[in-house]
Amino acid sequence: MAEYRLTTPLSEEDVRKLKVGDTVFLEGTIFGIRDANLIRMFEHNVPPPVDLTGAACIHTAPNVRKVNGGYEKVCIGTTTSSRMDRFTPGLMGQYGVRAIIGKAGMMEASMEAMKKYGGCYLAIVGGAASWETEKIQAIEGVWWEDLMPEAIWKFRVRDFGPLIVAMDSEGNNMYYQVKARARHKLADIYKRLGV
Amino acid sequence: MTTASVNGELYSIVEDTAKSLYIKALKDLPPDVRQALQKAYETETEDTPKKVLSTMLEAIAISDDKQRLLCQDTGIPLYFVKVGSRLNIDIPRLQEAIVRGTERATVEHPLRSSVCHPIKRTNHQTSTGYRIPLINLDFVKDDDTLEILMVPKGSGSENMSFLKMLIPAEGIRGVKKFIIDSVLEAGANPCPPFVIGVGLGGTADLCVKLAKLAAVTRPLGSRNDDPDIAALEEELLEAVNQLGIGPMGLGGKTTALALNIEYAYTHITQNPVAVNIQCWPARRARAKIDAYGRVEFGY
Repeated sequence: MAEYRLTTPLSEEDVRKLKVGDTVFLEGTIFGIRDANLIRMFEHNVPPPVDLTGAACIHTAPNVRKVNGGYEKVCIGTTTSSRMDRFTPGLMGQYGVRAIIGKAGMMEASMEAMKKYGGCYLAIVGGAASWETEKIQAIEGVWWEDLMPEAIWKFRVRDFGPLIVAMDSEGNNMYYQVKARARHKLADIYKRLGV
Repeated sequence: MTTASVNGELYSIVEDTAKSLYIKALKDLPPDVRQALQKAYETETEDTPKKVLSTMLEAIAISDDKQRLLCQDTGIPLYFVKVGSRLNIDIPRLQEAIVRGTERATVEHPLRSSVCHPIKRTNHQTSTGYRIPLINLDFVKDDDTLEILMVPKGSGSENMSFLKMLIPAEGIRGVKKFIIDSVLEAGANPCPPFVIGVGLGGTADLCVKLAKLAAVTRPLGSRNDDPDIAALEEELLEAVNQLGIGPMGLGGKTTALALNIEYAYTHITQNPVAVNIQCWPARRARAKIDAYGRVEFGY
């Protein structure tokens, strides 16, 4: 299992070399996306107001403070990704997103998109918002502020990790693998419990 | 309480305490949870779970240093209140004081309000609404203290809640199978390694409540007073950890930090079992208010 330091925007080559179990640290910028802005993009067909080519997007809606016309971070944490599964094909196919950062993994629609366009899912530790907030240097941009806090956010990051490659561009899904191994052990566990 | 002056001030003391407890629970992880995560870190041998647990420990240290919320999800606020039988307390006023304390924590800190109407999805931005915070009352005989336990229950874990009305013929075997299957279904979603609460017996509603009590009110490492239940807790915790779901569902030895069971008698034709899960930051904060209005904070 390899460790990579990648700088955004990510290329297809950057992402295709990543395999499940690898560790990634990101440098550059990441975009905060979430239910409301994804619904506007794909259900109301409004193109994103910022170029997402090669982007790494994180499933978040941060707590922020308005200071001198800009925003300052208060608490930034990651939410459960499965709600956003249906948007990954559009993000990767139409807008060129390369990586989704989230917790607890995604499903078939996202796996297919990652294989087809060269994308990956990077698992961050959920519930560790204090750590995540520390890792984000600054808020560099915000679009669609009317959706606050589910606007589109641009964060500057340095040494942003460890992120674990949990879904890769070959269609491997670590969450599926872990569950498959658990199911394989079930018969033995049942037996020991007298079930 | 014992004196009229304390009696008059009691509700403002409760209000301030309810406010402080909500903020404390979000920032200051209980020592038993810290120890369990540290132990899990030492137990894991593979690279990925070690990295995940090390990040969790780092997040706790940052919360301590910078007084920052550990998780952005401020949850549904739950209060478990034990009222001493010797206290002369106006319960509706006590409940109002807790609601006001919750609102003040949210507005004055400020905290993100995660509480909304179930249909309209409107959010008062106060972490309160009809029937929320949830205030559970319990009464203790021959006692003159008021104990308040505050738990912010996040949605990642609460969404993974399960109830099954088994039939008596399925017996304890059915119960064990349901618990293991529920944990496997929950998988990565509740931010493992988690605390599993199991409710056994009662009616459907009581069974679910017992599971919640087991998941969020008991210190980690505690065992049920009933030796049969305690043995079942140990047996099931070991079984759950054999699944190998691991920290954040990425594989590993530690899927659960604890498994607690609370039970009640049930109907001869029923065999209910419920599972409620608490995420790795098993957040809680406790305070005891004595007869003189003095407040002692703990976990």
